[in-house]
Amino acid sequence: MKRRSFIALAAAPAVAPLLVSCSGDSPQVEVFTWWTGPGEGEGLAELERLFKEANPDVEFVNAAIAGGGGDQARAALATRLQASDPPDSFQGHAGEELADYVDNGVIEDLSALFESEGWNDVMHPGLLENITRDGKVYAVPVNIHRANLLWYNVSILEEARLSPPQSWSELIEQNATLSEMGVTTLSIGSAWTQLHLMETVLLGELGAETYSGLWTGQVDWRSAEVVAALETFTEVLKVSNVSEAAADWQPQLDKIVDGTAAYAVMGDWVYSYLTTNLGLVYDQEYSAAETPGSVGVFDYLSDAFTLPVGAKQRENAEAWLKVCASVEGQDAFNTKKGSLPARTDTDQSLYTDYLEWNLGQWLDPATVVVGSLAHGAVARPGWKTEIETALGVFVQEGDAAAFAAAVADAYQRTTG
Amino acid sequence: MRRFRKAFPALLLISPSLILVGIFVYGFLGWNLRVSFTSWQGFAPTYDFVGFENYAALMDDPIWWRDVRHVLVFTLVFVAGALAVGFLLALLMEKGVRGENLFRSVYLFPMAISFIATAIIWRGLLNNGSGDSTAGINKLFAYAGLGFLHSDWHKSDSGWAIAAIALPAGWALSGYIMALFLAGMRGVPDELREAARVDGAGEVRVFWHVVRPMLWPTVMSAVVILAHISLKTFDLMFAIDQRSPRIETPALYMYHSVFPGNFYARGATIATVLVLGIAVIIVPYIWYTMRAERRR
Repeated sequence: MKRRSFIALAAAPAVAPLLVSCSGDSPQVEVFTWWTGPGEGEGLAELERLFKEANPDVEFVNAAIAGGGGDQARAALATRLQASDPPDSFQGHAGEELADYVDNGVIEDLSALFESEGWNDVMHPGLLENITRDGKVYAVPVNIHRANLLWYNVSILEEARLSPPQSWSELIEQNATLSEMGVTTLSIGSAWTQLHLMETVLLGELGAETYSGLWTGQVDWRSAEVVAALETFTEVLKVSNVSEAAADWQPQLDKIVDGTAAYAVMGDWVYSYLTTNLGLVYDQEYSAAETPGSVGVFDYLSDAFTLPVGAKQRENAEAWLKVCASVEGQDAFNTKKGSLPARTDTDQSLYTDYLEWNLGQWLDPATVVVGSLAHGAVARPGWKTEIETALGVFVQEGDAAAFAAAVADAYQRTTG
Repeated sequence: MRRFRKAFPALLLISPSLILVGIFVYGFLGWNLRVSFTSWQGFAPTYDFVGFENYAALMDDPIWWRDVRHVLVFTLVFVAGALAVGFLLALLMEKGVRGENLFRSVYLFPMAISFIATAIIWRGLLNNGSGDSTAGINKLFAYAGLGFLHSDWHKSDSGWAIAAIALPAGWALSGYIMALFLAGMRGVPDELREAARVDGAGEVRVFWHVVRPMLWPTVMSAVVILAHISLKTFDLMFAIDQRSPRIETPALYMYHSVFPGNFYARGATIATVLVLGIAVIIVPYIWYTMRAERRR
């Protein structure tokens, strides 16, 4: 049996139900995402509504796969791409995750579309850089999330007469006061939230420039400076509930809400969870600050849509991308999801509360933009997986030098 | 020709399943083996040949050996625990409990629940929160005045943390083991027991000298079934604490290598070693049963 047909066979069980729904030539657009949760599901529905208004004859097929920051969805997507049966458009994280698709030749160059629609002038320049490879643009970004945020319980801090820490050592110092009150200083969730935390500790301790150098090979992981920052991370874990870590990020934040913990590091999808799902008031019951040592830095991640090579209904896929890039599309989606628009010319009055503060920082030319490790912006999937595995051992055993060596080795193996 | 004509209808009848099993089981086993000899890392398939390089790398990989140790600990605790509990339940049933049918079903029900659902229930039960956030089994302990039994379960620092996962696994399968033992015990002819009793044996001696020797085939089947389930168990650990290094087994390492890491060759290598490991348990068993059947 030929190799290709073998792979097709391997994919058959996964694809069969989709084939049934795709039969015939009726105009449609199949959009693949991992947006099913609260906020993001509604956001996608808004985009779907706008798409149908603009393209009433085209059926919108929502091929979303739920779960875990997209890991399950990406596994299913990989199978479909290898079988040369791509959806008409799929979601990916801007940065290295997309670059991996580019290098494997599974997504198309969108430069012409960007040119004709004039998107080059309206997308945030820092972001545009991250979806461009060798001068070609490969994806249409719909939103911006921020990862370097420290969420806290306002009344606990008032009671303790503390303000959000400016450095990680200050956070560790605050532990004395907080533990006296019977409050956990830092709430932690499952393994990926620990990766997220580590990235913000590195960012705060090393500064934006060195942090960015970690991902390009310019900064040596084994250097004394990096190892010292990693040791700070183990100190931070000691003032956390890592031994009783919550099962996911929502229960991690629930500890802030019920007042058993003071701080939690998490991205700003927290805002829509706490405001919309739990009905809390921003700046009164909970608030957010930059993670220690990262004032003026924006640790971003962005969801973007692509045009896969061999998309069955290319025209409709382009129509979909146009909806994603439009001002109406970006505003409708992001106000539901609780994220920022990737365009810089949208209606800023729609973004209130936390989003207003955050949008101001994002658009401020003085803000330094760096990419998130935990969310696919700076490390290839292979390297990131190896970092996650090594981090599990590191959190357990606390050997910073061994972890740094493992990460550096993995970089050699996965990019070499 | 005549033999062919005689065998043909039978062959025709089993051919659909033969073809499907041939492709979807043996075909993919072969493909997996092929991939394990390549350097396929990354999105696009690479079909080169690197010999046993991946196997050598795996043998040098501390993560692999950590996971192997985990699965051995898990298997030991799970198989022994489920056997002991299943046997005890069967013994009590066999003595004649009122409402035996009801109990039998109740104990069997957990097996009907998928491991994922079981895991999500037990994720709550095995909560290790302390103080105000005490929950699950620890809370039951506290209510019963047994607070000192508070355990960190699978989040414990001990190398045996994964043994806690044997609780949900055993909970799910000991009812099934009970059914196996019960069938085994009921299969012992009453005449044999009667004869022993006539010879003056007490109930304990009847069990030890008459029933026990006839239960060995049941024990064998139970051990093989449990051990191979244990080696494959994936969903329980996956759903109870995702990506926790304390409860990672080779099956999970395989999955995480491929999705989303794209280490296809390493994943295939782990899968091949796992198949061999399961074969070590199952092949002697099949050989043994086939021989036993031929003797009959």
